[in-house]
Amino acid sequence: MTMTILLSCIAALLGLAPFAIVLNRSEHASRIIYGASFVVSLIALGSSLFALVATTEATPTVTLPLGLPWLGAHFRLDSLSAFFLVVVNLGTAVASLFAIGYGQHEDAPHRVLPFYPAFLAGMNLVVLADDAFSFLISWEFMSLTSWALVMTHHRERDNRYAAYVYLVMASFGTIALLLAFGLLAGPEGHYGFAAIRDGGLAPGLASLTLILTIVGAGSKAGLVPLHVWLPLAHPAAPSHVSALMSGVMTKVAVYGFIRIVFDLLGAPQWWWSMVVLALAGVTTVMGVLYALMQHDLKRLLAYHTVENIGIIFIGLGLALAFKAYDLKWAAALALTAGLLHVLNHSLFKSLLFFGAGAVLVMTGERNMEHLGGLIHRMPQTAFVFLVGCVAISALPPLNGFVSEWLTFQAILQSPQLPSWGLKFLVPAVGALLALSAALAAACFVKAFGVTFLGRPRMPQAERARETDRFSLAAMFVLAALCLLAGILPGLFIDLLAPVVKGLVGDRMPVQTGVQWLSIVPIMESRSSYNGLLVFLFMVISGFLAAFVIHRYASDKLRRGPAWDCGFPDANPATQYTADSFAQPIRRVYGSIAFRVRETGEMPPPGDMRPARLVVELRDLIWDMFYAPIVTGVTHAAGRLNNLQFLTIRQYLSLVFGALVTLLLVLAIWP
Amino acid sequence: MAVILDFAVQGAQMLLVLLLAPLLTGFVRKVKARMLRRCGPPLIQPYRDLIRLMRKEIVLAENASWLFRVIPYLIFAATWVAAALVPTFRTGLLFSWSADLIAIIALLGSARFFLALAGLDVGTSFGGIGSSREVMIASLAEPAVLMIVFTLALIAGSTQLSTMASFMLSPEVGLRVSLGLALIAMIMVAIAENARIPVDNPATHLELTMVHEAMVLEYSGHHLALIEFTASLKLLLYVSLIACLFMPWGLATPAGGAAALGIGALTYFAKLAVGGFLLALFETAIAKMRVFRVPEFLGAALMLGLLATLLLFVSRSL
Repeated sequence: MTMTILLSCIAALLGLAPFAIVLNRSEHASRIIYGASFVVSLIALGSSLFALVATTEATPTVTLPLGLPWLGAHFRLDSLSAFFLVVVNLGTAVASLFAIGYGQHEDAPHRVLPFYPAFLAGMNLVVLADDAFSFLISWEFMSLTSWALVMTHHRERDNRYAAYVYLVMASFGTIALLLAFGLLAGPEGHYGFAAIRDGGLAPGLASLTLILTIVGAGSKAGLVPLHVWLPLAHPAAPSHVSALMSGVMTKVAVYGFIRIVFDLLGAPQWWWSMVVLALAGVTTVMGVLYALMQHDLKRLLAYHTVENIGIIFIGLGLALAFKAYDLKWAAALALTAGLLHVLNHSLFKSLLFFGAGAVLVMTGERNMEHLGGLIHRMPQTAFVFLVGCVAISALPPLNGFVSEWLTFQAILQSPQLPSWGLKFLVPAVGALLALSAALAAACFVKAFGVTFLGRPRMPQAERARETDRFSLAAMFVLAALCLLAGILPGLFIDLLAPVVKGLVGDRMPVQTGVQWLSIVPIMESRSSYNGLLVFLFMVISGFLAAFVIHRYASDKLRRGPAWDCGFPDANPATQYTADSFAQPIRRVYGSIAFRVRETGEMPPPGDMRPARLVVELRDLIWDMFYAPIVTGVTHAAGRLNNLQFLTIRQYLSLVFGALVTLLLVLAIWP
Repeated sequence: MAVILDFAVQGAQMLLVLLLAPLLTGFVRKVKARMLRRCGPPLIQPYRDLIRLMRKEIVLAENASWLFRVIPYLIFAATWVAAALVPTFRTGLLFSWSADLIAIIALLGSARFFLALAGLDVGTSFGGIGSSREVMIASLAEPAVLMIVFTLALIAGSTQLSTMASFMLSPEVGLRVSLGLALIAMIMVAIAENARIPVDNPATHLELTMVHEAMVLEYSGHHLALIEFTASLKLLLYVSLIACLFMPWGLATPAGGAAALGIGALTYFAKLAVGGFLLALFETAIAKMRVFRVPEFLGAALMLGLLATLLLFVSRSL
């Protein structure tokens, strides 16, 4: 039943796409399309939530006569798919709600509306697919529709470049996945997931599949060093699409990884987790360091997606390690932490992108250096954006902290692992995670402080108004969910139990029955956290302080000019900017991570030239991995270009040579 | 009956940290002054300062937002909750399970996050300099603390403060290298987190190297009183935390009677006095360092913490 509803929702979304083309010229087109997407997403959300909660024995499967004639298109709704469908459809529902208001400001709606519902359908299809063929087709469909959305503002050169890099990386990732599924299917070509699960792979081939999956799913999710397209493409799209790409599409990639590695690939080998953990640790810290160096608000958020994907993969890597050594309860803890972060990140990242979108629409600026003081002009947006900042910085009592806390608890279980490599790697990853948490807080002090606090740096920031009520409603819903998941994490952990049980064979203890709604990963004497009580205590003690002060202290208040040590300067340029805020951190970490060089040029006394400070940053990952490839391809292309200018004799000998070589190959082939 | 007693103890703890915090600050100032052969302000001067600030009117910058006025309450609440959950004279507090050590550290992180935002709110250059340096220091101090937490959690098998303190009291602990490393790292972090010399100087103003004072420069009246109170509370919290984790002698247990509580309270006062005295001694003996030397100082703490954790991963007995 749920399956039918979900498939009809997807069909409805696919139908909306051509309908949007028909509606093209209507002025209500965007309201109709986004409104319909909102309703359809809500229905899909409801039914997937029902599928996750209602633990019926049989998992519904459907085979449609589409695709390969001897195979058909298989769809299946197990608890893992149901959970990811919840994440996807929650994200798409609020994004559609946001877009009902935000879409009015779009100057090229006909370039967004047809692709938007198709993109939503693509993401849903990937999660439901139950054979390699439909999985890959849906995956590619999702990539291409999102590519079209990235190309919305195609007249800007940067966006065209972003879309190009995205297309190249997406194709590369799909090829890797294609090969991975080829290995999984084996020589007989069992493309159905059920058949793949039954047939075991040789250890060598399984390891190769793992590497290909990391490349394929990792490039979509944004694992360093495959992340390069992400900070280019995510900000280039309209903001509600950016939110979906960062908050939801990366999660679909995580789903692909979990589906293949935890479900299809069979028992993990001990060293697999080391690869995942090492990549994840590097991803976390590099993502946040890149983010700290940005002054484009949306790009900063995109780099934070890279960081959070790292945190998710730390959870997954730990789960893989525990699973390999058959420590099921610890694997359940680590996997729950990772999956909870999947949900949490989709909530606060969408919220933050919506906030950035509202700022972009109202001021026309993505550059934080031109903003400032928006808390006075957009107070409600500022409030919800602040909630998102606190949540993503992993600060209690909001939700980001809960999943990071669980990840730390999982790390603390790792001395039980017998492998020496892991014994050294896991604490190092723990240190990287702690470092990234602190740096993320620094980065969001910068993002919120420079954008919303202080004085307006440019006139467009001064003229901003509060955004429309649909956008605000979407953001308030997400902020409320961030708080809810932060203070009642037990509910969400219990929701994940069937998913985790299906993948690693055990689950975390039941949380909803614990006294006072605490969460207790293992037992109470070892660790527990109660978001609700911490939140209540903070509220009570804050109000107590306020009460005492307003009862006994002076209430007199006078507004005056800022003090600033006696020398306030009216020029807003004297404020700290995003770049100057990050300068101490750039100096401490940047010399290693980016080979930062700061050169100051001070004119001699009497010279009226302004002093200049030049900061050079190098993207070492681009230099190391991508620059050689780009040079190599350009070089080879230049060489091969000569082939176009041969004489007829040379062409004939070329053809002859090729023929002889092929015949030789055929003769020698065993 | 037992529940009422537990409630009373938890309430007493909350009030105790609140009442003692300014006294500890006053004590440190007094000892420092005596070491410099000055007479120094009386011990209760911080209380007087707080009352004086409460009575004064607030002068608010023209473009200060609502957030600027809420932040003092927020950071006070977060720090007070954190301080109330650290066992001072008795373990097994009624609500001790509501947040473990990681959560307590994160609560302090929340307070710092909001204080750094306050520095940016008015849009002055001093506020910005303070905030940007504060987050740089925090980005090194926080991982160092977490590494120390890892070390202790691996030794005690728990991140719950009460369990950790009881484990440290038991004979199983013995002398361990990693505990020593963790203690040194913890002290270094505590100095940095509380903006003490050599990282920051709580007594200066108008100096380009200041961090904490620069962030709160625009505050006045009862807002400033709350912030100063919070700073004292944080100092008390760190001394209590070090005392509870590394020197838990004398801590009363839930099973102990009135006599045990008395002993616990007395030893707690003694520990605070010793901690305050050592802090004053250290601060008098050392010079403030340049702000870009701080990463080296805290990097050392982080490395010590990491080393301590690695040792434990290698062997549980080190």
